[in-house]
Amino acid sequence: MITVNHYLIVAAILFVIGMIGVMRRKNLLLLFFSTEILLNAANIGFVALSHYLNDLSGQMFAFFIIAIAASEVAVGLGLLILLYKRKNTVDLDVIQNMHG
Amino acid sequence: MFEAIAFYTFSALTIVLFYITVTTNNALYALSALAAGMIFISGFFFLLGAEFLGVIQLIVYSGAVMAMYAFGMMFFDSTRVIKEKTHSAKTVFSLSGLSALLLVAILTAPIISDNVTSLFPPIEGVGNTENLGYVLFTKYLVPFELAAVMLLVAMIAGIVLASKKMDIPLEKDAE
Repeated sequence: MITVNHYLIVAAILFVIGMIGVMRRKNLLLLFFSTEILLNAANIGFVALSHYLNDLSGQMFAFFIIAIAASEVAVGLGLLILLYKRKNTVDLDVIQNMHG
Repeated sequence: MFEAIAFYTFSALTIVLFYITVTTNNALYALSALAAGMIFISGFFFLLGAEFLGVIQLIVYSGAVMAMYAFGMMFFDSTRVIKEKTHSAKTVFSLSGLSALLLVAILTAPIISDNVTSLFPPIEGVGNTENLGYVLFTKYLVPFELAAVMLLVAMIAGIVLASKKMDIPLEKDAE
C-alpha cells in the first residue's frame, strides 16, 4: 500500500538531488537544470498532498509552479545567451567580478 | 499492487535520471536525462489522479521547456567541458549543513498540522479537469490572470534579451 509518506519521501530525495546540483555545479546550464529538478520535486509533494487530503489547492499550486518554471526558462535562457555572447563561456566563475 | 509496482518503477527511474542530470559533465546527456525524468514525473501525476497536471507536465515540461533548452544550447558550444573546481570547501560544508538542517525542519513541520481541513474538495462524479476548471476560474481567477501577465512579460524579456544583435557573429560581439 502506497501512502502519502512514500510520495513525500520521493519528493524529498529528488529535492536533495536538485540541491546537490545547485551547490556543486559551475556550469550555468546545469544550474538551470537543477532548478527544474527542485521545482518538480515540490510539484510531486503538492500533488500527493492534494490527492490524500482530497483538496484541489495543491494541484492549483503545482499548476502555477509550472507557469513560473516556464517563464523562468524564457528569461534565464535569454540571459544565458547574452552571457555567452559577452564572455564566450557559461562558467559561473566568470561573472564573479568582486574578489572577496 | 499495480499502484505499488508503478510507484517504485517511476521513483527509481526518476531518481536515477535526475542523478545523472546533476552529475554528468556532458550537457547533452543532462538534457536527455532531464527530459526523460520529466516524463516519468508525469507518471506520478497520473497515479495520483491528477490527469490534467500530468498532461500539462508532458506538454509544457517535456515538450516546451526541454525544446527551448535544446534551442538555447544551439547558441553556445555545449559539448565543451567546463572545468569545475570548488574554491572554498569550508563554505560548501557550512552551506550543506545549514540546508540539511532546514530540510529536516521543513519535512518535519507537517507533524504539528494534523488537523488540516479540505478547502476546495473535488465535486463527486466530476472529472479532474472539470474540477480544476471550476476551482481555477472561481477561487484562483486573479492569480491565473497574474500568471498570464507574467508569461507575457517573460516572453517579451526572452525575445528582447536573445534577439539583440542576432545578425552579428558571436566572435565579433565578444569583445
